[in-house]
Amino acid sequence: MGKLEILNLNQSFPRDDGTRLAVLENISLEVQDEEFVCILGSSGCGKTTLLRLIAGLDTAGSGRVILDGEEIRGTSPKVGMVFQEYSLFPWRSVIDNIAFGLEMRGIAKDERYRIAERYLNLVNLSQFRTSYPSELSGGMRQRVAVARALALDPVLLLMDEPFGALDAQTRNMLQKELLDIWEATKKTIVFITHSVDEAVYLSDRIIVLTPRPGRICRIFPVDLPRPRDRTSPEFAKVRRGVLDLINQNCAIQ
Amino acid sequence: MSIIGIRVHTIREQWPGALAIVVALIFWECYAAFITRNSFLLPGPADVLLAFISLAEKGILLTDFEVSMTHFAIGLILALIIGIPIGIAMGWNRRADEFLNPLIEILRPIPPLAWIPFAIIWFGFTPVSAGFVIFMGAVFPILINTYAGFQGVSRIFVEAGRMLGCTRTLDQIRYIAFPAALPSVVSGIRIATGVGWMCLVAAELFGVSNNGLGKDLWFYYDLHQMDSVVVYMLILGLIGLAIDMVFRYYIDRHFLKWRTGEVA
Ligand SMILES: Nc1ncnc2c1ncn2[C@@H]1O[C@H](COP(=O)(O)OP(=O)(O)O)[C@@H](O)[C@H]1O
Ligand SMILES: [Mg+2]
Repeated sequence: MGKLEILNLNQSFPRDDGTRLAVLENISLEVQDEEFVCILGSSGCGKTTLLRLIAGLDTAGSGRVILDGEEIRGTSPKVGMVFQEYSLFPWRSVIDNIAFGLEMRGIAKDERYRIAERYLNLVNLSQFRTSYPSELSGGMRQRVAVARALALDPVLLLMDEPFGALDAQTRNMLQKELLDIWEATKKTIVFITHSVDEAVYLSDRIIVLTPRPGRICRIFPVDLPRPRDRTSPEFAKVRRGVLDLINQNCAIQ
Repeated sequence: MSIIGIRVHTIREQWPGALAIVVALIFWECYAAFITRNSFLLPGPADVLLAFISLAEKGILLTDFEVSMTHFAIGLILALIIGIPIGIAMGWNRRADEFLNPLIEILRPIPPLAWIPFAIIWFGFTPVSAGFVIFMGAVFPILINTYAGFQGVSRIFVEAGRMLGCTRTLDQIRYIAFPAALPSVVSGIRIATGVGWMCLVAAELFGVSNNGLGKDLWFYYDLHQMDSVVVYMLILGLIGLAIDMVFRYYIDRHFLKWRTGEVA
């Protein structure tokens, strides 16, 4: 299971002059179990803020986040996260990074390596088992981060522009791999991006946010069958549809 | 690369350094033998070698070495036991920082040797007395570097940890902040060993003990046996170097191997 309900979320931050900066306004959203949604919005519109609330890393000004009927009030092993920045522990080898969550859970060494090994294979990095993060390329690091988040078998996987810092070719490859992983593990995925192309390629539905303060502007279902071909006319048509929508309705007023 | 640098060296890389030492020795011997011609003002390498042999035969050097290492160990271990936890508390917890910072800032600039009178009054002529002076020199580098290391722990690591079930403060310190701060802690300890080693000579020299390398260096000065003084000077230097080598070769390689290739 992994059904996510977001109810009337608001978030603001104090500013130096004493007023408050409204970042999220009245976000309500339902994400179905095993669904892949992308949250699309321009830089600074509050995407990371929203994801941190879903993750339980921060507390909302008001509103609620409910996962499988239970309100989220802090971090939970049911929710995994891949951060925008590189977040692997540089002092741990790849396998020990993936096994970290299992170690925190008190799982015995043999068992946790056995599990970690499985996720290492899932992201196709078996030959880098004992490497340190500093020895890996950016793309490999994010693959390890995905494996690390999945190792605890969460029902919901949150990803904050995980491929944003990668070159286009690597990014396309990782997007494809991610879809394979999603097919294989059947997680609910909430994926943040500012790339229309990425959102159209990956998601079942695209949630378009307005510029700050972030509100849900439109929800755009992507009905293309997978695997999707970026060069196909259908793909181009959907992408143009999303772009038009943003320009007409969700741009800075 | 210098002869004491971090890489493993080939003879080809080492020979200029070795040559410099040989040239310096020859120059020193010639200067002593032909120019000063006074083994009190400047004992030559040959005098020093003879003095070393006679001291070693009497077994004094070994006793001195043991005594000094005891002083050093007492001071350094105390500094670790006290400096690391306080550094962790201050680096991790803002309240502890605000509470202790002014006190530390007042104590820190006091030269460690200024504590010698109280070392003698409080601990008498025991190894703890010299250890205390070394402690005063070693504790601040350890504390400050631990503090800086813990303050510099990237938030993203703590949050990644929280997402993976590392939610208790003690676990966050143990599994995330400590390993992240370890390079800084280790470099603090390394600085502390250097400072502590300097304090050792002065502490012993001011009479807080009856043996030790620093103490006997002074003893032979009183006897005007400058060749023996040089023996002690060289031994102090070589032990200091050896302690530093432990860090360069062993500790950096085995505990901080993940940093190779990382851009600082
Ligand atoms: N902890 C915080 N304190 C103050 N302002 C914040 C904080 N977190 C985010 N903001 C502000 O909220 C806005 C949205 O940030 P963020 O959610 O990171 O945007 P995005 O991920 O969409 O680029 C930005 O203007 C940012 O400066
Ligand atoms: Mg962001």
